[in-house]
Amino acid sequence: MNFVALRMLTGDRAKYFGLVFAIAFCTFLLENQTTIFASILKRTASQILDVTDAEVWVMDQKTEYWEQTKALKDTDLTRVRGVPGVLWAVRLFKGNPVARTRSGKFAVSFLIGLDDATLAGAPRKMLLGSWERLREPDSVIIDEAGYVLLYPGEPLELGRTLEMNDHLVTIVGISDASAPFVSLPVMHARYSKAIDFLGRERTQLSFVIARPEPGVTPAALTERIQATTGLKARTTGEFMWDCVRYYLRNTGIPVNFGITIAVALIVGAVVGGQTFYLFTIENLKQFGALKAIGVTNPRLIGMILLQAFSAGILGFALGTGMAATFFEITSHMLATRGIALLWQCVALTGAAILGVVIVASILSIRRVLVLEPAAVFR
Amino acid sequence: MIGAANGHDFAVSCAGVRKSFGAGETKTEALRGVDFDARFGQLTFLVGPSGCGKTTLISIIAGLLDRSSGELAVLGLRPDELSGGERVRFRRRNLGFIFQQYNLLPSLTAAENVAVPLLAAGVPRRQAVRRATDLLARLGLENRAAARPATLSGGQQQRVAIARALVHEPRLIVCDEPTAALDHENGEAVLQLLASTAVNPDRAVIVVTHDSRVFHHAHRIARMDDGRIVDVAKQARASLSPAANGAETHEEDR
Ligand SMILES: Nc1ncnc2c1ncn2[C@@H]1O[C@H](COP(=O)(O)OP(=O)(O)OP(=O)(O)O)[C@@H](O)[C@H]1O
Ligand SMILES: [Mg+2]
Repeated sequence: MNFVALRMLTGDRAKYFGLVFAIAFCTFLLENQTTIFASILKRTASQILDVTDAEVWVMDQKTEYWEQTKALKDTDLTRVRGVPGVLWAVRLFKGNPVARTRSGKFAVSFLIGLDDATLAGAPRKMLLGSWERLREPDSVIIDEAGYVLLYPGEPLELGRTLEMNDHLVTIVGISDASAPFVSLPVMHARYSKAIDFLGRERTQLSFVIARPEPGVTPAALTERIQATTGLKARTTGEFMWDCVRYYLRNTGIPVNFGITIAVALIVGAVVGGQTFYLFTIENLKQFGALKAIGVTNPRLIGMILLQAFSAGILGFALGTGMAATFFEITSHMLATRGIALLWQCVALTGAAILGVVIVASILSIRRVLVLEPAAVFR
Repeated sequence: MIGAANGHDFAVSCAGVRKSFGAGETKTEALRGVDFDARFGQLTFLVGPSGCGKTTLISIIAGLLDRSSGELAVLGLRPDELSGGERVRFRRRNLGFIFQQYNLLPSLTAAENVAVPLLAAGVPRRQAVRRATDLLARLGLENRAAARPATLSGGQQQRVAIARALVHEPRLIVCDEPTAALDHENGEAVLQLLASTAVNPDRAVIVVTHDSRVFHHAHRIARMDDGRIVDVAKQARASLSPAANGAETHEEDR
């Protein structure tokens, strides 16, 4: 009877495509919006996650997230280095100087100052030049998006100069830094140079980044650092979640996305579920004839489940394909770089679609089970 | 009467069957004590005015509806002795249905529609469709086996529906107004087909109809009025020709 069930489903082309596309668009919207939501939140921690050298971040107790930091004292670095289990610990500076081109274009940028001796935390994904060239005097690395922002329409090339707080610096590398939450240039320089670019600003030692000795987990080390120094210490993962949570709590982002996601879910459930339910109602006469002929109730339930699940799976696959294609295209655009379909969002959407399919099946099955087979004579 | 059902003459026998719908103010007594039988090898007509209970009676006989009271035996079995699942299987094995509105599945081909009772009984698809196609050929529809119902004429659709009712070789075939949607010529063809299938000592056909022009096909005609059988006439069917109007002999009068 399985092929009978599938023929019933696909018999009316227009209705069948309507059903599958309703589910596909719902899938697409859900996967698209949840992925963008998660990726944008993750961008609040892009510069933390880009520092793959370190596993532990030490900061002032009052520092809550990447954007808002309270400076540490220079002695704090020594204290962290003194904690047993620290393999190495170096300073990291973070500030927002203005970068100005020769032609007068300017932009506020995210500047990261790296430990002069080790350059720990330097960008590892370079498009042009190399991070080692930061050792050259008055040198900076800028990310591609920042370069395009400051030099629109011009080819990527090294050797251009920027003016930062009356200091003339040369671009020695172009990095592929992860996109920050706000689309501003991401720049790297040596610590000793970076603090000059800020002028009067006194916030200097933003973070101490560290790595544990072999055999010590980052989590264990953060506890030790907190206990011995009284400073706040977080693993890279914890610090990322601190940032994500801060934006979730303090911005309208979750509300905005929440509304879109809820609308997508409701529209998908109503349109997809309703279409399927109406499809069963319209076919009640056929189900009645099958019942009279002697098709058993379990068989009829099997037929409806087969119809619901094949439409659901096809719609879901189509929608996921659409979402994957969407992100495949947008991942090549500068503004949306690094946003790829997240499997967690696919799984979550799959669960939502599964729920819709199950509810629609249950409603349909109920109608068919209470159907009087004698009704076929009317 | 019920006793006789255990012999081989009676395919169906009802005694004092009653059926009411609803309760209280809206209670309708559709059947008020029906005594009726249908014999193997015969085409039995059930006729009567609209609303007299014909459809209700054959629905009860076919096991699609439960009676309120009275005795009923179908192919030697009392429906009460069967569980719900057994009744469905009994229906699947032993009954063939023909409806006024054909009730074919629009997305299946003619042959696939005919194959449905076999598929429901678990016959593999390929084999079921082959048997269905063979039967359609015997009914003169060999060229239309792959057609969708919507592309068939009313007469052709009803022949497909008849093939569906016959394909699993059921012992009892019930038809409700099989010719109501057809013109006279097509109605004649359908009735001839049913009459020829009834000429089988192990099969009985019950036809509900309004159409007096086809009465001459019947072996017996049971007349119903207001929820009762009021008259049963036995017909000597001279031939299958439409002109032959057999002389009626009345078995019993009420
Ligand atoms: N499901 C039902 N609920 C309530 N009343 C019903 C139901 N089915 C039939 N009836 C009533 O039972 C009576 C007999 O109906 P039935 O359909 O058996 O008549 P019929 O002889 O087949 O009529 P027709 O020739 O018009 O088809 C009618 O009064 C009808 O209204
Ligand atoms: Mg009727």
